[in-house]
Amino acid sequence: MSDEIRNGDDGTLDDADNAEGDSPLESGDLADEPASEPAAGPAGSDAADEPTPARRTAASSGSGGIGRRDVVKALATVPVFGALGYSAFRRKGLAAEERRRLLEELGIEDEGAAVFSELENRTYSDTIRVGIIGFGGEGESLIRSLGFAHPDWIQARREAKIDDPRDTWFDEWLQQENLNVEITAVCDLFDVRAERAIAASTQPIRPGGDTRQLKPAKRYRHFEELVAAPDVDAVVIATPDHWHSRITVAAAQMGKHVYCEKCMTRTEEEVWPMAEAVKSSGIVFQLGHQNRQMESHEKARQVVEKGILGPITLVETTTNRNDKWGAWVWDIHEDGNPRTIDWELFQEAAAHKVPFSLERFFRWRCWYDYGTGLAGDLLSHEYDAINQILSLGIPHSATSSGGIYFFKDGRDVPDVWQAVFEYPDRDLTLVYSATLANGRERGIVMMGHDASMDVGTRLKVTADASSTRYKEMLEEEMVKPDRPMLTYESGFKGVDAVTTATQEYFASRGLLFTYRGGKRVSTYYLHLREWLNAIRFDGETSCNIDRGIEEAITCHMATKSYLEGRRVTWDPFQRKIV
Amino acid sequence: MKSEYSGAQLTALVALRFAIGWHFFYEGVSKAVNAYWTSAGFLEQSQGFLSEWFVDLASNPSTLAVVDFLNVWGLVLVGLGLMLGGLTRTAACFGILMLILYYLATPPWPGFVYAIPAEGAYLIINKTFIELCALLVTLFFPTGKIIGLDRLVRLARARGSVQESYA
Repeated sequence: MSDEIRNGDDGTLDDADNAEGDSPLESGDLADEPASEPAAGPAGSDAADEPTPARRTAASSGSGGIGRRDVVKALATVPVFGALGYSAFRRKGLAAEERRRLLEELGIEDEGAAVFSELENRTYSDTIRVGIIGFGGEGESLIRSLGFAHPDWIQARREAKIDDPRDTWFDEWLQQENLNVEITAVCDLFDVRAERAIAASTQPIRPGGDTRQLKPAKRYRHFEELVAAPDVDAVVIATPDHWHSRITVAAAQMGKHVYCEKCMTRTEEEVWPMAEAVKSSGIVFQLGHQNRQMESHEKARQVVEKGILGPITLVETTTNRNDKWGAWVWDIHEDGNPRTIDWELFQEAAAHKVPFSLERFFRWRCWYDYGTGLAGDLLSHEYDAINQILSLGIPHSATSSGGIYFFKDGRDVPDVWQAVFEYPDRDLTLVYSATLANGRERGIVMMGHDASMDVGTRLKVTADASSTRYKEMLEEEMVKPDRPMLTYESGFKGVDAVTTATQEYFASRGLLFTYRGGKRVSTYYLHLREWLNAIRFDGETSCNIDRGIEEAITCHMATKSYLEGRRVTWDPFQRKIV
Repeated sequence: MKSEYSGAQLTALVALRFAIGWHFFYEGVSKAVNAYWTSAGFLEQSQGFLSEWFVDLASNPSTLAVVDFLNVWGLVLVGLGLMLGGLTRTAACFGILMLILYYLATPPWPGFVYAIPAEGAYLIINKTFIELCALLVTLFFPTGKIIGLDRLVRLARARGSVQESYA
């Protein structure tokens, strides 16, 4: 489209316009032409620009050119255009005025993007040396977000871009800042993954113009050796949940900063030693809920703080995924066997010891021995997003139910599961509803007496038809219950390459990317950068150990309720689930 | 004086030209004032033999910015040209070109289903196609030099020629 228009501007305008009189029907369009003048005729079309003698006569005899009637006819459409334009702009002006009144009423100054107090343009002169413990899918994503991609990933992303130009992951990754991090150590119980981490640590293509020649990461067989290594300042823990607490405690005791994947712990009991170790050591702790970086969540928090929804009594949040990968039926590596996997160490921290199992090693989320299924994997994210927006804290009680209804593959965690949390001191119920066998898109909905809010990458606030606060505005039809009264868009212009239902779910929850200043940015990267900035500049992380305690206890309340088939409550004095 | 068009014909043709012009103009203006507007969503769902090219345009932020700019201001200028009857023929030509691109980006051909639902039911012929045909009518039954700014241009030119011939 662009080229044609540009070419036209170069010179076709006049030609085209001159030719306008070519039509045989148009010869009579000069008001002053004598009625007897013959039409130019089809044959005369090429010569239309050359006035015929008759035309010359006409023009000259017509009072020497342009008469009043010509001007009237030439400008005949202008009043109509003016009237339409005026009414359109008046309508727009009225709409803008109504909008201004509405925003004033709601106490919102602007509808722009959320503002983040970011430590932009800081120089990261001191290198932070990071050790990675657990280099499975999540560990690899995290290390890549620090700037260290495995060569296979780079190759795959480049090929993907050739197949689908919308696939901009690689470009966005390259545009990340150079965080001045080194991967000096790796601990993984599977040889292949440890080797992959080492390969990523020296891979020379890195974001932000980082051209340092780096030594390969050293492999440790046991995390205790890794956290004790003098060339490790901080660790990223991306192991199965049953190891999080023990590794964090060991790292904190050695004064190493910790970025730990969710769920923070596998059990209630593991929460307290972990919290104690983090708090007493003074390390910087970040829990891996990258949704904290979501632009729209920050905006949602502001909407709630302004009281725009009125009293919120019900919050509904969901997980829908519908593929094997989304149900944790992950690939079993062909080189996985008792010689390449340290199975005994893997299950040392597990409740039950079983013979070597590839399924359990590679698909650990399907068993309570290593994780807590939907609770720790996905409720944890959903809860943390709600907690980020509403600051709910630990619920008073939890009830949950579900079953293994679709993936009857030997797992012991449910694939369809619902949990209900009561917050009587907030007069609010939180409902979580999940299935791993249906991909319907259901978002986070916050329901207040005055308005509802849909939370995703976009934000949509709709007034309630029976709202007290907006009664007059509803009567005036300033707001309508069938139309959002406030929406928030990221300002991003472009195409998001999101391909599967599970990816769609991740993206809608800010688990893949968010937007900053209209640009798409990985939330992993932002969350890690926040952690590194807190280490370097003595700051605070958004998902610190207190948020982690709330996340873990909430998830464990729901799990306990499911496993024991009863309603459980939180005893704030004993700090215990009862 | 006499026009080849009857009064009714001229009125109908000018009304048609003006209506198409207003549609273009307002489409352009409404996009220009919407900071969030982008053609990305439309281009992304492109189907048919040109879809790859359209999706490519949307995928690259710099080409997308150019496409968005040209689209918005193309709509506004074509709209103004048609409404006011200035450079009418050029405006009609570019309008037709734009409509062809819109049509080919998301052709309502059998077998293509679009995520953004249409407000009606279309097979092969849709409103874009009809507007395209209508614009062809205004191109080949021109009125800009009868009712429109082009009239002044033409008269001025005719006058210039006369003066030249006297010289």
